[in-house]
Amino acid sequence: MGVKLVNITKIFSDPAHPEKKVHAVNNANIEVADGEFVTFLGPSGCGKTTTLRIISGFENPTEGEVWISGKMVNDQPPNRRDTSMVFQSYAIFPHLSVGQNIGFGLELKERPKKEIKQEVEKIMKVMDLKDLVNRRPDQLSGGQQQRVALARAIINRPGVLLFDEPLSNLDAKLRDQMRLEIRRIQQTFGITSIYVTHDQSEAMTVSDRIVVMNEGNIMQTGTPFEIYSRPANNFVADFIGRVNFFEGTAVLSDKEGIEVRFAGGAVKKIASSSGEIMDGGPVLVTVRPESLRLYHSQERKGFIDGKISKSVYLGPVVEYEIDTGSGKPVLAVTHNPVEEGFFKLGEKVTADFNPVSAHVLA
Amino acid sequence: MILPSVLKYLNRFRSWRELKTASRDPLLLFTIVLILSSLVIFILYPLLSVVITSFKTGPGAPFTLSIFKEVISSAYLRLAFMNSIMMGLLTAVLGSFVGFIFAYALSRTDIPFKKFFHIIAIIPVVSPPFIGALSIIMLFGNNGLITYSLFKIMNYPIYGIRGLLLAQVITFFPIAYITLRGVIDSISPTLEDAALDLGGSRWKVFKKVTLPLTIPGIASAMLVLFIETLADFGNPLILAGSQFPVLSVQAYLQITGMYDLPKGSALAILLLVPSITAYFLQKYWVSRKQYVTITGKPTTSALKSVSPAAKWVLFSVCLFIAGVILLIYITILWGSFAKVWGYDNNLTLAHFKYVYEVGFKAVLDTLTIAGISTPVAGILGMVIAFLVIRKKFPGRYFMEFTSMLSFAVPGTVIGIGYILAFNKPPILLTGTLLILLLNFIFRYIPVGIQSGIAILRQVDPSIEEAAIDLGADSRKTFFKITLPLMVPAFFSGLIFSFVRAMTAISAVIFLVSSRWNLMTVQIMSQTESGRLGAAAAYSVILVVLILLAILLIRSILVFRYGKFGGTMLKI
Repeated sequence: MGVKLVNITKIFSDPAHPEKKVHAVNNANIEVADGEFVTFLGPSGCGKTTTLRIISGFENPTEGEVWISGKMVNDQPPNRRDTSMVFQSYAIFPHLSVGQNIGFGLELKERPKKEIKQEVEKIMKVMDLKDLVNRRPDQLSGGQQQRVALARAIINRPGVLLFDEPLSNLDAKLRDQMRLEIRRIQQTFGITSIYVTHDQSEAMTVSDRIVVMNEGNIMQTGTPFEIYSRPANNFVADFIGRVNFFEGTAVLSDKEGIEVRFAGGAVKKIASSSGEIMDGGPVLVTVRPESLRLYHSQERKGFIDGKISKSVYLGPVVEYEIDTGSGKPVLAVTHNPVEEGFFKLGEKVTADFNPVSAHVLA
Repeated sequence: MILPSVLKYLNRFRSWRELKTASRDPLLLFTIVLILSSLVIFILYPLLSVVITSFKTGPGAPFTLSIFKEVISSAYLRLAFMNSIMMGLLTAVLGSFVGFIFAYALSRTDIPFKKFFHIIAIIPVVSPPFIGALSIIMLFGNNGLITYSLFKIMNYPIYGIRGLLLAQVITFFPIAYITLRGVIDSISPTLEDAALDLGGSRWKVFKKVTLPLTIPGIASAMLVLFIETLADFGNPLILAGSQFPVLSVQAYLQITGMYDLPKGSALAILLLVPSITAYFLQKYWVSRKQYVTITGKPTTSALKSVSPAAKWVLFSVCLFIAGVILLIYITILWGSFAKVWGYDNNLTLAHFKYVYEVGFKAVLDTLTIAGISTPVAGILGMVIAFLVIRKKFPGRYFMEFTSMLSFAVPGTVIGIGYILAFNKPPILLTGTLLILLLNFIFRYIPVGIQSGIAILRQVDPSIEEAAIDLGADSRKTFFKITLPLMVPAFFSGLIFSFVRAMTAISAVIFLVSSRWNLMTVQIMSQTESGRLGAAAAYSVILVVLILLAILLIRSILVFRYGKFGGTMLKI
């Protein structure tokens, strides 16, 4: 029950300016294995929702092929595709009860009434919606509506489950809870799932693999670990979480990694890298703020020196900005501040990192 | 080898891709083709017939401008044109003014009897447009209640501009009221509060905030009133008299009196051009300038933007207008029971007996025609609204444009178009029930389309996508999801088009026959032959039937959807 997108391109023309074309999706190739949970992640307008709507059949690709479980489905309308979508707005039918909403797909397949009733009851139990069969949709809370939308999609046992930013209308706490819930249910039924979101922590929580998109192009495909720790390029590094870029020169590369000489003169050997790196060429080294260690200046000499220019206390962590005098401030995060102590605003500090947590970009 | 590359080439064109998508759903494609071709046959073709006829001295003759030259060289017909335009402008200004006062007073003050005023202002909308004219003759005419019985004035000159203007303002100000009520209600009172808070006097706040925000609404109301007045046929036929000719009546007289189809068509074109112009101004210019001032949380009106003195002035104006409207309707009611209006005002049932014995067929015909055409127009309107808003197919803009066109086309023009277009094979329909039905259906779909479009814009498209996604085809999606959601719009459209079908006169007067007649036409001919009592009796029956129908539709709604009727629209 996998999904395969081959060279998918979608060009929209602006109705006001027909000569102006927008490449919503640009030559996308994506494969989703049977039972896999894949997320399309990117800023708004990156083409993720368009790609999802091309899979569901609501948009036709300008070029390219859509394959679902080994069949080319370009010419199949959405109602004949083996996909079920959970909509951003839930799209619950306002004139039908909760039970009628959930049973809608089975009713269309003209299954016997008794069977529909049983199936609906069964799924409602799994989804923790008991006793709500006869409720009107407008009597439901946001979280319940979300569950109804999910139940309505799952009850049809679709080959592919599609999620279009399903949690964006929920408050923060409920969102965290529903993420885990969605993952649990997907695992229970083993349904191949494709999920669209702009929220990276949501993507990290639910996905087996993440497809990062920007301006219609796929920037990187990989596991949450790969996307975060081994970004393929500047965009991914910058879009997922926060990051420091340090400029340097590749001195020597071998099997164990790349020796990088930084602008300040320090040399480190970093194992992980992306792209074609040439000896003697310029490189960017990415270091996540939590990988930077901060020291009071007098304690030791480090990789960079600077002054604390900003400090934000968030409870479990403190976020610092360090002014190094070279323009962009360096970000650092310290954990467990009660035990580890604070750095004062204006205090001179040094920072360093372990090469294991750094990554070299060409 | 050639075919695939041709297909690939065609794929570059949007309309081809849309056609391909639509053709995957044969029922959808069939519906689209059916509707588009009916719009061409029953709206465009009659209009085209009028245009062609006005440029030819007879069938088969070459195109010529001689008919228009003839019309323009006639001082009387020139006068008719000027009169129509003047009447339209005057009614637009006065009607919008009265409508604004009503709307402002009812929306922004706490005057007493608000509900009563609202109902009074709605009544003229649900009654035949020429009831005003009939009543004005009974009040101010030769045997008029006020002129003759009260002041003993003989032959008061009510025919002409005076009486007609009064009738038009009373008939059409409710349209301005409804439009402006919506506009003023939607202006957030917090804006006025803010202006007061910033130190503006009440009058300044009205002048600098409230009025500027309603200007687009007022412009829109004036244009609609202009179109309606220009197209109006019943009031001028009764009240204009020969000294004050107007276009709609002159076009009718040319065709039914002189059998001069080309000249009648030419007059119809002269009527059509200003109407269409006003319509386009309204649709593409004024309607874009509407302000949206309510965002987020609704705010309750504190009703402090009007001073007590201003409030009571507004109240007096409303009371006066309401008094005039009541007088008009009481006169009709009394007239239907009076033995000989003006001479012997004793009560009798003779007029109703006359209607029952002589003209009851017209009552049944009217009900049959309105009863069949209204639901058909309603469903068709919903389907067109659905297609236009939700589906992509070549000809979508054409469908919306053509189906809305009959708003702008005066009934007289449509009526002439129908007799020209359908009086010969291949479509020979004159004198049949079908021609009346078709005329009504295609004239009143815009009402349904408008309310359908309004409601569909509120319904999240993903609700329908969800149904399709779950396996429903376009027919099932429409009947199981879209139509139930459109039920309230459908019924309000139904009520409106039923009222219009029951009270229409300008187009159908060309289309009635001895086999199929209508009450409105009866009222006109009874009035013309001086049997005011019978005309009044017909009018009373007509209004009662309309009120009963509205009640019936309402109770169906409550019975069928009462429990959820209100909640349906919330999501």
